[in-house]
Amino acid sequence: MITVENLTKTYGQVRALDKVSFQVEEGEVLGFLGPNGAGKTTAMRIITGFMPPTKGRVTVGGLDVEKDNLAVRRLIGYLPENSPLYWDMDVQGYLHFVSEVKGVPRKDRARKVREVMEEVAVTDVRNRTVGKLSKGYKQRVGLAQALLNDPPVLILDEPTVGLDPKQIIEIRELIKSMAGKRTIILSTHILPEVSMVCQRVIIINKGQIAAVDTPGNLTERLQTSRQMEVIVRAPEKDLEQKLRALPGVKGIQISHHENGVLTVVVDSEKGKDLRPAVAQTLVGAGWELYGLRAIEMSLEEIFIQLVTEE
Amino acid sequence: MGNTWAIFKREMRAYFISPMAYALYVIFLLLSGYFFTVGISYYAHYSVMAMQAQQYGGLPPFTETVFRNLFGDVSIVLLLMVPLLTMRLFAEEKKMGTMELLLTYPIRDIEVVLGKFFAALAVIGLMLVLTFTYPLLAQYVAGDQMEYGVALSGYLGLFLEMAAFIAVGIFLSSTTENQIVAGVISFGALLLIWAVGWGEELVSGAIGKILAQLSLLNHFEDFSKGVIDTGHVAYYILFCVFFIFMTLRVLDSNKWRG
Repeated sequence: MITVENLTKTYGQVRALDKVSFQVEEGEVLGFLGPNGAGKTTAMRIITGFMPPTKGRVTVGGLDVEKDNLAVRRLIGYLPENSPLYWDMDVQGYLHFVSEVKGVPRKDRARKVREVMEEVAVTDVRNRTVGKLSKGYKQRVGLAQALLNDPPVLILDEPTVGLDPKQIIEIRELIKSMAGKRTIILSTHILPEVSMVCQRVIIINKGQIAAVDTPGNLTERLQTSRQMEVIVRAPEKDLEQKLRALPGVKGIQISHHENGVLTVVVDSEKGKDLRPAVAQTLVGAGWELYGLRAIEMSLEEIFIQLVTEE
Repeated sequence: MGNTWAIFKREMRAYFISPMAYALYVIFLLLSGYFFTVGISYYAHYSVMAMQAQQYGGLPPFTETVFRNLFGDVSIVLLLMVPLLTMRLFAEEKKMGTMELLLTYPIRDIEVVLGKFFAALAVIGLMLVLTFTYPLLAQYVAGDQMEYGVALSGYLGLFLEMAAFIAVGIFLSSTTENQIVAGVISFGALLLIWAVGWGEELVSGAIGKILAQLSLLNHFEDFSKGVIDTGHVAYYILFCVFFIFMTLRVLDSNKWRG
């Protein structure tokens, strides 16, 4: 559905994208991962036809983004970062305007706007002014405008950034529900988000593709160790000794203590889940165990590893 | 065309949702009403003097005198107001980031620019329509001396002049994402283009003639005398086309620079 070949974009001396190539199949949900300034937004802006590349070629649905710019724009629904909307308009009026410029036929507009508002659940705020909505609602209105012309391709730039956990889950569910029907590219910082929503991930760093894989493989490949967090009431020295004595433990760090309750981060070897062993040890020693959980590595941590490995 | 209409409607709504348009209308009508009243009172004053002392040698034509001054004053007021209307047109969209969405919709840049241009022109046009009460009032006072042809020609000139002001304002709004900056430079640029002909008599030869030709003010003069010269009409239209073209160039170069 989308092919990107040798995409290069330079701003003056700065190379934002450097010979990036990839493809997205129809119905696939692809995640763009990368730290700020990695080139995610630039890549998305080029695919949507907002800006031309310095070099390289992008086709969407077989159409060249530069040559058939207008035709490509009809195929794409785009949600830029921070969902920039017209804050002075009410939700329904705004969506009606978008349906007009997106070329939804006059007779279908009212129905289309109603359907989209249902789909992203903003019907109850349809008469409110966009600028006065909560961040989560704004994001949904942003998604609604992207969906208005029923585009086969959706490009979403950090759709869950700045939302509260409940809203994040709702937006993810919404995106997941569209998988298969639409081709979706979304960018994010958060690795778990990608594993929940995307079928494939592209990691971009400094304008280049660092890795392309399924989220599962990527996590496997990039994690060199597992971490868990233990909350326990125990004497510091004894605890350290006992944990270090366990086979497979690579290191421990005491990150916090309050009234004798310690929060400890335990590093263990890759592929070994030491949680049962740790729990047994602590309880066996007669200490009060308050919590024990595996720490999911964030993208940033994986990234640091990826970069330092090279 | 449909897209231009959609943009036009959105901009009109934006103007009339905020107190902006209403504030401008009120101030404009107050000022222009004051100028009209003063103008017509002076004319009445002179006509009484002219009747008492025949040596004044008759009166200048009513419509030309009263409305020529009025249009002159009104165009200065509008020169101050147009930047307030146009400054937000692109600067706000750039600042809010809505420009990115707008330019990724299946719509041409020219449709966006024209939609915004005509919206600002409609706001000003409506202002001018509201002042049609003045010729009607003038007829009530002056009877047959009120020549509608002269007034209409003046209105046409004023309207074209405003279109030119707006084109400059839109162009400058597209160059920055700061509304205040857009407003200030538009105001400065308009004053300069408007008054550039003042140097006509000091600068000799071709340059002086060119300066005179560039001046928005000079081209307006004939209209207020009741003369519609196609040359002047063409000047204003070309002026608008030029600045709309420049706006498109700026939008294009913004894309390249990101």
